[in-house]
Amino acid sequence: MTALSSLTDRLNGALKRVPVLPLYAVALIPGVWAFWQALNGTIGADPVRALEHALGLYALQFMIATLAVTPLRERLGVNLLRFRRMLGLTAFYYALAHLGAWMAFDRNFHWMAIVADLTKRPYIIVGMIALLLMVPLAATSFDRAIRALGAARWRNLHRLGYLAALAMALHYLWLVKSWTGEPLTYAFIVIALVGYRFLPKGRKGRGARSSAALGKPARQGTLGA
Amino acid sequence: MVYRPARPIRSSEITPKHLWLDRRSLMAGAAAAAGATLLPAGAMAAGERAKLSTTPSKYSTDLKPTSLESVTGYNNYYEFGTGKEDPAQNAGTLTTSPWTVKIDGMVDKPGDYALEDIVPATVEERIYRFRCVEAWSMVIPWNGFELSSLLNKVGVQSGAKFVAFETLVRPEEMPGQRGFFQPLNWPYVEGLRLDEAMHPLTILANGLYGEELPNQNGAPLRLVVPWKYGFKSIKSIVRISLTDKQPATTWNMAGPREYGFYSNVNPKVDHPRWSQAEERVIGAGLLGGTQPTLMFNGYEEEVASLYAGMDLKANY
Repeated sequence: MTALSSLTDRLNGALKRVPVLPLYAVALIPGVWAFWQALNGTIGADPVRALEHALGLYALQFMIATLAVTPLRERLGVNLLRFRRMLGLTAFYYALAHLGAWMAFDRNFHWMAIVADLTKRPYIIVGMIALLLMVPLAATSFDRAIRALGAARWRNLHRLGYLAALAMALHYLWLVKSWTGEPLTYAFIVIALVGYRFLPKGRKGRGARSSAALGKPARQGTLGA
Repeated sequence: MVYRPARPIRSSEITPKHLWLDRRSLMAGAAAAAGATLLPAGAMAAGERAKLSTTPSKYSTDLKPTSLESVTGYNNYYEFGTGKEDPAQNAGTLTTSPWTVKIDGMVDKPGDYALEDIVPATVEERIYRFRCVEAWSMVIPWNGFELSSLLNKVGVQSGAKFVAFETLVRPEEMPGQRGFFQPLNWPYVEGLRLDEAMHPLTILANGLYGEELPNQNGAPLRLVVPWKYGFKSIKSIVRISLTDKQPATTWNMAGPREYGFYSNVNPKVDHPRWSQAEERVIGAGLLGGTQPTLMFNGYEEEVASLYAGMDLKANY
């Protein structure tokens, strides 16, 4: 056994003991904290923009974490599969909160303005598309839905997540005044993670297929072998 | 020169400038001697800005000014980074003294002018609305003088039709100007039509809230054109040129479809990506809502005649 594979084994062992359920609440703490700060005027001079930005960024970050689960398992043998549903749903919750904050504090529930923006502003349309793409994924995130759909159909449906992630990154790129580093960095990460899915099968590393088939982390140590 | 201030001026505000400067250098010396290295020199200067001698102006709005904290902590100044808090964090070390402004082109007396020769001993307080193209707004008590007074001093030649402005390029002190990723081309350049430049609302500001400008707000000398989007009000000016051709402007070059030469505040002409009908008022808080944006940012009465007969949709 190489040093790397023994390290991932120990990591996976530790991860197995982490309960998932409380993480649903823990993952929302940054958003609640941002809201609290915005309400109390301690998030900066422009609380509306800061809160919108924070919630949108958390949605994107959790989406990236969700997309990272598979490559981490296939390339490094780190198994975060137990947490993937929590990560994906949290991304969805933050996207919903992001939309809600925009409608409430930015547009003041001024429905005419909201509808005008949703039909006229490409970056807002793209953001809305991202959220809509996530709805069927959230709606089929529980075990019964997976059984009802069948694993293959469920997996196909959940490939919409790639589109949603790309739409989120584009939404961010599109709303800033000029090409700035942060949205570009996120866009590159999303493109890399989505692009990984389209790599030829053989190039995914030797551990990929066997571990996917067994539902277990790769043991061969693709990097250490 | 005698004037009667409309409001009492505190004695601190009329302390001669050289005494304040002496005090600053004295303190800097004392701090250095004591080996106080906790604060960089810039941070100290930022905390201890010289008071200005000011006189009120009939052009001031009676709206309540945005807090000093927000005015100096929430800035777009890409030379110091693209984040709103970057300028306050990174601009402290900018050297603003000595400062020279090159005035050239179609003027009678071109030359390199020292800041002290440009800024009058007593400046005006102009409390102006400030509207950013990103749909937020502030009310800022600037201190400065009319650009027209400077232009008249240097003598504008008859063929001149435009005024071009240029910001400092100094990558050693401006982190946004160095490194791999550069959001804009430097120097930052801006321009006005001559009649816009000569308008009494157009000022060169050297201070705000009765003190010298903080670096993040464009020290030591910046333009303020209150009826245009904020990016027209170019900061840390090192060059003013009179010309007969419409000068290139930075944001117009970066996004010609989105940022025009005029960039007058206009709630009826949207930014291609967002509405300009409303603005978030800095200081109103999360639940403060937005307010309608006013034509020419509320200065319609004063400046609308400059654009009589012009299609403001085409000349955005």
